[in-house]
Amino acid sequence: MKEFFFNITWIIPVFPFLAFLIIILFTQGNKKLSHSLSIGSMVLSWLVGWGVVFSAIATPHLGEHPIHKSVPWFETGTTTFNIGYWIDPLMAIALFMVPFVCLMIFIYSVGYMGYGTDEVDPNYSRFFGYIALFATGMLGLVISENLLTLFMSWEIMGLCSYLLIGFWFEKNYADPNQITPRQAGLKAFLVTKIGDLFLVLGILYLYSQAGTLSYADTLFNHEFLVHLAETPALPIFGGWSAASAIALLIFGGAVGKSAQFPLHVWLPDAMEGPTPVSALIHAATMVSAGVFLVARIFPLLNIVVELEHNNPTMGVIAFIGAFTAIFASIIALAQNDIKGVLAFSTISQLGYMIAALGIGAYVAATFHLITHAFFKALLFMGSGSVIIGTHHTQDMMQLGGLRKKMPKTFWTFLAGGLALSGFPLITAGFWSKDEILAHAWEEFMHYGTASWPFFVWLLLTIAAFLTAFYTARQISLTFLGKPRSDHADHAHETPNTMTFPLIMLAFFAITLGWVGIPEEIVGQGNNWFHAFVGHEYASTPLSIPVILLSSGLAVGGLGLGWLVYGRKPLEAGQMDPLQKGMEKIRLGWLYKAMQKRFYFDEIYEAIFINGFIKLADIFYNFDYNWVINPIVNGVGAVTRGISNIFNKFDEKIVDGLVNFTGLSSVKLSDLGGITDLKVVDGIVNGIADVTGWIGENVFRPIQTGKVQNYLLILLISMLAIIGIYLVY
Amino acid sequence: MSIPLSWFLVLAAALFSIGLYGVLSRRNAIGILMGIELMLNAVNINLVAFWRYIDPIKMTGQIFALFVFTVAAAEVAVGLALVIAIYRNRDTVVVEEIDLLKE
Amino acid sequence: MVPVLVFAAISLVTLGGAIAVVTNKNVLHSAYFLVLAFVGVASVYVLLEAPFIAVIQVLIYIGAIAILIIFAIMLTRRLMSKDMEERNQQWIWAALGALLLFGVLGWLVYNANWPVIEAAVPKEPITLMGEELLSTYVVPFEIASVLLLAALVGSILIGREKDQESRSAE
Repeated sequence: MKEFFFNITWIIPVFPFLAFLIIILFTQGNKKLSHSLSIGSMVLSWLVGWGVVFSAIATPHLGEHPIHKSVPWFETGTTTFNIGYWIDPLMAIALFMVPFVCLMIFIYSVGYMGYGTDEVDPNYSRFFGYIALFATGMLGLVISENLLTLFMSWEIMGLCSYLLIGFWFEKNYADPNQITPRQAGLKAFLVTKIGDLFLVLGILYLYSQAGTLSYADTLFNHEFLVHLAETPALPIFGGWSAASAIALLIFGGAVGKSAQFPLHVWLPDAMEGPTPVSALIHAATMVSAGVFLVARIFPLLNIVVELEHNNPTMGVIAFIGAFTAIFASIIALAQNDIKGVLAFSTISQLGYMIAALGIGAYVAATFHLITHAFFKALLFMGSGSVIIGTHHTQDMMQLGGLRKKMPKTFWTFLAGGLALSGFPLITAGFWSKDEILAHAWEEFMHYGTASWPFFVWLLLTIAAFLTAFYTARQISLTFLGKPRSDHADHAHETPNTMTFPLIMLAFFAITLGWVGIPEEIVGQGNNWFHAFVGHEYASTPLSIPVILLSSGLAVGGLGLGWLVYGRKPLEAGQMDPLQKGMEKIRLGWLYKAMQKRFYFDEIYEAIFINGFIKLADIFYNFDYNWVINPIVNGVGAVTRGISNIFNKFDEKIVDGLVNFTGLSSVKLSDLGGITDLKVVDGIVNGIADVTGWIGENVFRPIQTGKVQNYLLILLISMLAIIGIYLVY
Repeated sequence: MSIPLSWFLVLAAALFSIGLYGVLSRRNAIGILMGIELMLNAVNINLVAFWRYIDPIKMTGQIFALFVFTVAAAEVAVGLALVIAIYRNRDTVVVEEIDLLKE
Repeated sequence: MVPVLVFAAISLVTLGGAIAVVTNKNVLHSAYFLVLAFVGVASVYVLLEAPFIAVIQVLIYIGAIAILIIFAIMLTRRLMSKDMEERNQQWIWAALGALLLFGVLGWLVYNANWPVIEAAVPKEPITLMGEELLSTYVVPFEIASVLLLAALVGSILIGREKDQESRSAE
């Protein structure tokens, strides 16, 4: 049975790809057929995927002996590139999450895009085609057996994020500063492309060292990794090893795709796409691909840590992750758009995962990746439910009181929000976030206060508190109190196609954490998740101070948020208490900066975009006004000057001759003039008349001026010449 | 080599003639360029067929074909630029109306 | 038997596509059929055991030239209405000329003694080609790149919008 699933693993991305092709080519006119094809293909991928997952779980020692299969695809020179699949614990865990969450989001999209109502989106079928293609990319990435197919799937997902963010490309806004979906799609694609550049460089570098890109021969081949760590890197990388240079370059790709600082600017604007797109791409799967990538190259990172001391690679990764986590959560405090809070929350949680990988907590990061996917998708879909239920109201300052009007949405959103905050014991987010914090604490204890693990731990802890606070803010503003606008007043619950996935995901948001409870609590050998995914890594010892701290942060943050926003709910038009408070202590400018996302888009525009325009202007001037044109014009002027000299020479000497000739000719011609008039003139006039007649009536019509006529005459003449040649 | 060389040459000759008909009889300037492309393709088929049947050991035929590709690409680029420039100037792509040579 | 059938099928596609190119009223449809003809020609190259040339054909002709043609069609689309006659007034003569040419060429092909040899294709054609391109044929190679540069600059200059003074010495 297991063999059966392991043999058909390759078919998992094929189902949604076929659905994409059929929908785009043939069934765009039929909405029901399109969504059935999409959802049907996803059901098949989910069933096969879970078959593989559970077979993988039942295979002992999968981590040490991954199962992989590949077929040769094409050759260039002396290397053959393969295409195939690779089954190991990381892949199995991701495969548990991806098809299921995708399926829930596909079902949700049926309701969100308005099937069966008057407001159904006219491009409904195209949407289902694109999300099927997107699922192909993500599934391809997860089962990929080598870095080449991983990169191809990565790029497919990049393309889909452009297509799907810009899905409503005809939408335009009156305010020129507000980004349209078309621009947001381009922005996402181009910013992640910057990260992809680093990823390609890393892959090329690795290929130049290894001669192959398959996992079996590179990342999971211990001798090769040791060789990489001992090889010095190219001179521009200073005194580092090739291993750390490659790791950092590949990490660059993750920085782009997972929206880490400084390439985070595309994700908030990506909210211009439909909410299922936000749930799919920017919460659960695509951005997690960056984290998945870093987890994939974890053996490389491990070698760097093991064999080189004082190598800053892991430090850089951990610092970027932790900084992003806290920076994004500060911005999230001041966002008023319901999806904006979640966007920055995603950036922040991804920072958590990257930081966890940076401090070596592979199991914790993977755990958080999975749990986050579930509850973040749940939260996005919940916010989409709110948006649909309140007739497209996204500003939280206009919501309120939806608890009574949309109960299913409220309770599931609450479950997701509690999981995000890490509410103790009963939510999945608690167990995964706690493991990251425990690992950070352990590193901090090991290295002392003056080291970067201390900063990482400090930043992550503060970020956890802020996470709970802004989550409580969001829930209170949206659901508690009284409605602050007409739309909120007339809100209604959304159809079952939307609430059913919410309930399914809420179930996992609560229970999924229980598979990874540390051993000290549930008994030796019963931390199933750790045993499966990271048996070769020592498990983090349970530390009571950290558990208490995590619970304290979560409950404290939620409580404070409820106190500020929930106990005395805001009236319509009232200012945000946080804003009021900050203005009182003269930090109003800071609140404004938070709301404007610390002006990153404006800074990038000023430095990079305007800078390039200025550079192009300089080159243009070089060509046109300063150098090239003056040279060319100069040459022309000199030539003209020379020819003027010749002209003068010509006039003086030649004229003299001509004048002399003219005088003598006049005498001669006087003689011939009389004969000329009588006889010659007659002949000449006659000839001229004949020629004129021939010219006008014979040759003139031939010169039609039409090139094709000339060509035809050419052809006929050529054939005539060939004919004559052949005959003789 | 169960297909005799002459079949390929006849195929190329047919393609060439069809292209020639296109060049001489299409009214749209771009249609004429497409005919030229067909003729160049026919030439290439000839070159590669001769390479295969007469001297496959040296790669001369393929190299020649490669240069024909290059020249064809350059010619199409310049030709289409001309068509577009003429279109901007005279607002037409019908070659029968571009007959200034008459004067 | 099988190669003959394959050849017949490919010729049908290629010639059919070519005929569609030169007779179609809608110039955009002509362009699509041109792509079909190119595909057919690429298949002919595969049949002739020159896979590298086949790939180049697809890349350059279909991937660049056909797309360029479609671009140019889109840019000059306004004036070719659907009911315009696409044959000019000399089409009969053109058809006769082309037919005659085909007849002459066909007769020549059949009556010539081609020095066919039964040799096999070299083992590493691409390596061989690369070596020859950079040793024996390096001059044409360099000239080809100069040609492409000239075409690049020339097409940009010819095709650009003249919204500044067009008095230039270039």
